[in-house]
Amino acid sequence: MATAVGSGPAQFTDRLLAPAWTPSRVWWVLFGVSGAGTLVLAGAVAYTVATGIGVWGNNIPVAWAYAIINFVWWIGIGHAGTFISAFLLLFHQRWRSSINRVAEAMTLFALVNAGLFPLLHLGRPWFFYWLIPYPTRMGVWPQFKSALPWDAAAVATYFTVSLLFWYLGLVPDLAAARDRAPGRTRRRIYGVFALGWRGAGRQWHQYRVAYLVLAGLAAPLVISVHSIVSLDFAISQLPGWHSTIFPPYFVAGAIYSGFAMVLLLLIPLRRAFRLEDLITERHLDNMAKLLLAMAWMLIYSYVVETFMAWYSGNAYERYTYLVERPLGPYAWIFWGMLTANVVVPQLFWWRRLRVSPPVLFAASLLILAGMWTERFIIIVTSLNRDFLPSSWHFYAPTWVDWSILFGSVAFFFLLFFLFLRFVPMVAISELKQQRHEASAAAAAVAAP
Amino acid sequence: MKAGVLAEFPSAEGVLEALAVLRRNGYRRLESYTPYPVEGADDRLGLGRSRLPRFIFAGGVLGAILGYGIQWYANVWDYPQSIGGRPVHAVAAFIPATFEATVLGAALVAFFGLFVALRLPELWHPVFEIDGFERASVDRFWVGVDARDRRFDDRKVTGLLEGLHPLRVVPIAEDA
Repeated sequence: MATAVGSGPAQFTDRLLAPAWTPSRVWWVLFGVSGAGTLVLAGAVAYTVATGIGVWGNNIPVAWAYAIINFVWWIGIGHAGTFISAFLLLFHQRWRSSINRVAEAMTLFALVNAGLFPLLHLGRPWFFYWLIPYPTRMGVWPQFKSALPWDAAAVATYFTVSLLFWYLGLVPDLAAARDRAPGRTRRRIYGVFALGWRGAGRQWHQYRVAYLVLAGLAAPLVISVHSIVSLDFAISQLPGWHSTIFPPYFVAGAIYSGFAMVLLLLIPLRRAFRLEDLITERHLDNMAKLLLAMAWMLIYSYVVETFMAWYSGNAYERYTYLVERPLGPYAWIFWGMLTANVVVPQLFWWRRLRVSPPVLFAASLLILAGMWTERFIIIVTSLNRDFLPSSWHFYAPTWVDWSILFGSVAFFFLLFFLFLRFVPMVAISELKQQRHEASAAAAAVAAP
Repeated sequence: MKAGVLAEFPSAEGVLEALAVLRRNGYRRLESYTPYPVEGADDRLGLGRSRLPRFIFAGGVLGAILGYGIQWYANVWDYPQSIGGRPVHAVAAFIPATFEATVLGAALVAFFGLFVALRLPELWHPVFEIDGFERASVDRFWVGVDARDRRFDDRKVTGLLEGLHPLRVVPIAEDA
């Protein structure tokens, strides 16, 4: 890991904490823009709840549309954060320490957005608690043979574990923030959140165990959550959904879109806060390689599901995959999706493009859009033309659908900007440990 | 430790050396305060294997039992429904939520169990009264001998620590 020469641990700590002390003018502008977008979200949600989901473009048969597309998209984006923080920790990928805090925060904020959509899609979101198994006077219970309670369990667990893991990782850095904060008020606030952390040997001893175990617990969630989300589709009989490849296909797609989002956030961040020595070319290179690998898993899934549709000999399967998607009314979206998800990542065969921030940034944007359209294709093309042509119905979103989608993006960025403003955005203590161990190793090599 | 003697060092190596010397001199109730975990400190502090994983495992088992139990009680015992002629006790359909409950149970114990084990939150502590201790989270390394140590003697410990060339040696007392 590259380290800035001649900067002691104190300067290092102060440099990484500095963004939390004084907001720049750019920060205020970004905060204002994303805050305004969040107001649009709030307005559209209020309108939906007050009027009913008839204000969306949903119809019968396309009963699932933007709400579920956005849900799957956001929750998929979250997966990269957990992948980076848990899987890469367990595999001793030390480069993760520069980016895991940002990635974990991204996971949480993506999950907050994801959770919004199934609730709104309930139609009467104030009854959301009916999904929780608790003894009611009505004498009814959730039906666990349905995928909806699985989803609720998976997403609730995922959010809780991600939050605990993130907070645990933050505690030593919150203690550093408490000890470096200018002014008594901030010292007190950070002091409360640091819970009185002293960095005692006894504390570190247990802390490391708990952190590692939590990473081990979060790692299977990367696989399980999107698998369960995919079962919402796969356990139905609809052509285009009824496929056993869905769980791995969804997990690969989730991590793929999540890495794109991580890059989208890190590239401007690295420039704005001069973090080039922490988020190095190597980080960009590794992330781009992971994007390429995930892209190929996705390509494999696309090929297999199309082949299986043909090989099944089933007229409805064949129609959905071989006629409706490539030639139907949404064909332009289908081909756009293939361009973004399949063609764009092939750029990353070249190292020069893998380490080029503008290329990565543009590719990430396209991939995020591509993954959103993938969910559109899966949901809308499967639903709008099912078994009986007399029940076919075209789907088009309304302005409320668009407001909620873009509003949720704004809300995500609002949360992210608040995170940058108030929370140590890099795992400072972990990086100091690595710097120390690197310099100790260098000293050991230098000594005869 | 709430009372005893502390010494401040500029490096992690200083802490490791001090801990080794103190141990050799028979002191057992030792503590270090460092900005990051220092490799090798655990042994010198005399810390054994953490018992946390056992509790976390128990939390996972409890989560699994509760998760499956709730589903069984809800869908088999209290409110059975025949849906498409499928068995009321549909084991496979209960697995996803059971898995999630297992992970949730274990994670909750890992997180809250840690803070119980560490007796945190504890927002005030005698060490925080030392002027300059706030650098323990940034770039300074402290070693402490607890006053409850069997061989604790204010002057001897101070003398021993002074001999290790720390930046300074500071006594702390509970009523500080």
